[in-house]
Amino acid sequence: MTIERDILITEVALRDGSHAIAHQYTVEHVTQVAQALGEAGVPYIEVSHGDGLGGSTLQYGLSHTDEMKLIEAAVSVSGDSKIAVLVLPGIGTVSELKQAVSLGVKMARIGTHVTEADVSAQHLYKAKELGLETVGFLMMSHMASIDKLVEQAKLMESYGADAVYMFDSAGALLPNQVRERIRALRANVGIDVGFHGHNNLSLAMANTLAAIEEGAQRIDGSIRCLGAGAGNTQTEVLVAVLEQLGIKTGIDLYKIMDVAENVIAPILQVPQEITRDNLVLGYAGVYSSFLLHARRAAQHFGIDSRDILIELGRRKVVGGQEDMIIDVAAELAGARGI
Amino acid sequence: MSKVKVAVLGSGNIGTDLMYKLQRSDVLEMTTMIGIDPSSEGLARAAKLGYKTIDSGIQGFLEQSELADIVFDATSAKSHIRHAKALRNAGKIAMDLTPAAIGALVVPSVNLQEHLDQDNVNLITCGGQATIPIVHAIGRVCPVEYAEIVATISSLSAGPGTRANIDEFTETTARGIENIGGAKKGKAIIILNPAEPPILMRDTVYALVDQERMDEEAIRRSIGDTVSYIQSYVPGYRLRSEPLFDGNKVTVFLEVEGAGDYLPKYSGNLDIMTASAVKVAEEIARHRLMQVVSKGVSNQ
Repeated sequence: MTIERDILITEVALRDGSHAIAHQYTVEHVTQVAQALGEAGVPYIEVSHGDGLGGSTLQYGLSHTDEMKLIEAAVSVSGDSKIAVLVLPGIGTVSELKQAVSLGVKMARIGTHVTEADVSAQHLYKAKELGLETVGFLMMSHMASIDKLVEQAKLMESYGADAVYMFDSAGALLPNQVRERIRALRANVGIDVGFHGHNNLSLAMANTLAAIEEGAQRIDGSIRCLGAGAGNTQTEVLVAVLEQLGIKTGIDLYKIMDVAENVIAPILQVPQEITRDNLVLGYAGVYSSFLLHARRAAQHFGIDSRDILIELGRRKVVGGQEDMIIDVAAELAGARGI
Repeated sequence: MSKVKVAVLGSGNIGTDLMYKLQRSDVLEMTTMIGIDPSSEGLARAAKLGYKTIDSGIQGFLEQSELADIVFDATSAKSHIRHAKALRNAGKIAMDLTPAAIGALVVPSVNLQEHLDQDNVNLITCGGQATIPIVHAIGRVCPVEYAEIVATISSLSAGPGTRANIDEFTETTARGIENIGGAKKGKAIIILNPAEPPILMRDTVYALVDQERMDEEAIRRSIGDTVSYIQSYVPGYRLRSEPLFDGNKVTVFLEVEGAGDYLPKYSGNLDIMTASAVKVAEEIARHRLMQVVSKGVSNQ
């Protein structure tokens, strides 16, 4: 039986959500979540450390459980849903991707900073060779011009990506900005275009709808907003909204609401909401996964976490530069004689 | 003192920067720039400085190989595989700045003395040259269970070779952290930052050490000694702050500003490669000259 889907949704809670719980997923969590998502008919489920394969580090936070064990668990229960992994070149390698493929992963998502697409060529080519469906994505897309974004998306297309995503990793884009970017991407690339938002400015849903109106075919969501910062477009809400719009996702609304309520809510130590720090991530244009690191640094150095985040935004720090958080915090504390 | 003759193979940015550094050496004598593109800027600059230029690549050099005893290879990993063989057959010493890693991996502050007789030495990676010495400096005080390094470089200073095979950087650097730095397990991360004006190279080293043998003062001193040594050949190499200690974790923040010989100052990542290569070649040259001198003495 083929399920009709107008929009392909990828659930990222088991990857992006890893940031929100300091990478503490267990095999039990992942088994429960992946099985429930599979039963709800979610087509793709991303499972990896928050920073992708190989992300378990002192820089980004050590995983509670080896991600390969989590991937294996997800594959074993996800039924018709395909398991995807994230690879950020410079952090994860082809050799880790191969390991994930041997465990049954079907999709590779290869991400780079919005101006650095050429470092993904190696990984996209290899992923294709391994028989995977491939997605290239451009992170922190608010930091580049539309022309640059299009140029980089075309590079990913030329490396054989089946789809290219625009990631609003900082949750900084406004709906009109998403609209013009997705429009330009759709006009210039032949492959599917996707959108991945963050809710730091409470705009993830509005941005997602703008992207869909401009022709985006793939959307990332995180159930119960279980993603970095204030989370992503809330999957179960998106399913409901799209149903009202007559857009088919192939996901069972009642079942996905139950997953959120019964499986995800108990995993969250605190509900995902737009806290002061989350708001500042979006406002300053800072990578959403910096949140917990900035809070810890603020506490350690006795300064306001907002000051750290604003300064990081001012310095145009990109995703992955978590070491800058301590550096900036120490500098700010020093300047104030703390 | 007499000098050892050297040639630079590869007339791109790295090769050209090497040429300027070699001009200052008191033990190496730059004689020849070898390229494959007659119109390359590197060859033109070399000719202007009065060096012999060859635009037919390694083959052209082999026809007049008396021009140099040491050859710096600043081409690509793929080309170096071929070059390494040809140079070895011709009895030349190869300083490999590509990621080919055929010969001994050398970090001057750690293992240079062990490799003075090698005919092919490899400089690992820029991130490796900047961070492996720090891992080693910590490890000689207390054993390092795990070391992780994060190298952040400006996008402009990441060449096409690095971009096409970024796994080679992370994997080779991680291996160097283990085999040369002495960490039981190593991990390397590289980040490209496109900010304008371009950022200086930054490196962060995290090390988890044996808690029982943690000695903050000794580690601080050991790192200080290593930094001073590296500054003798990379003047822009410095600590951004005092090392941080947190339980058994040591965190070291570094910054590398280039000398600006040919490459711009922000590309400290490239500068530390060319400066390290010159440093290694100088030590090998001194070692050779000493052998010649002592042989001469014993013959009398």
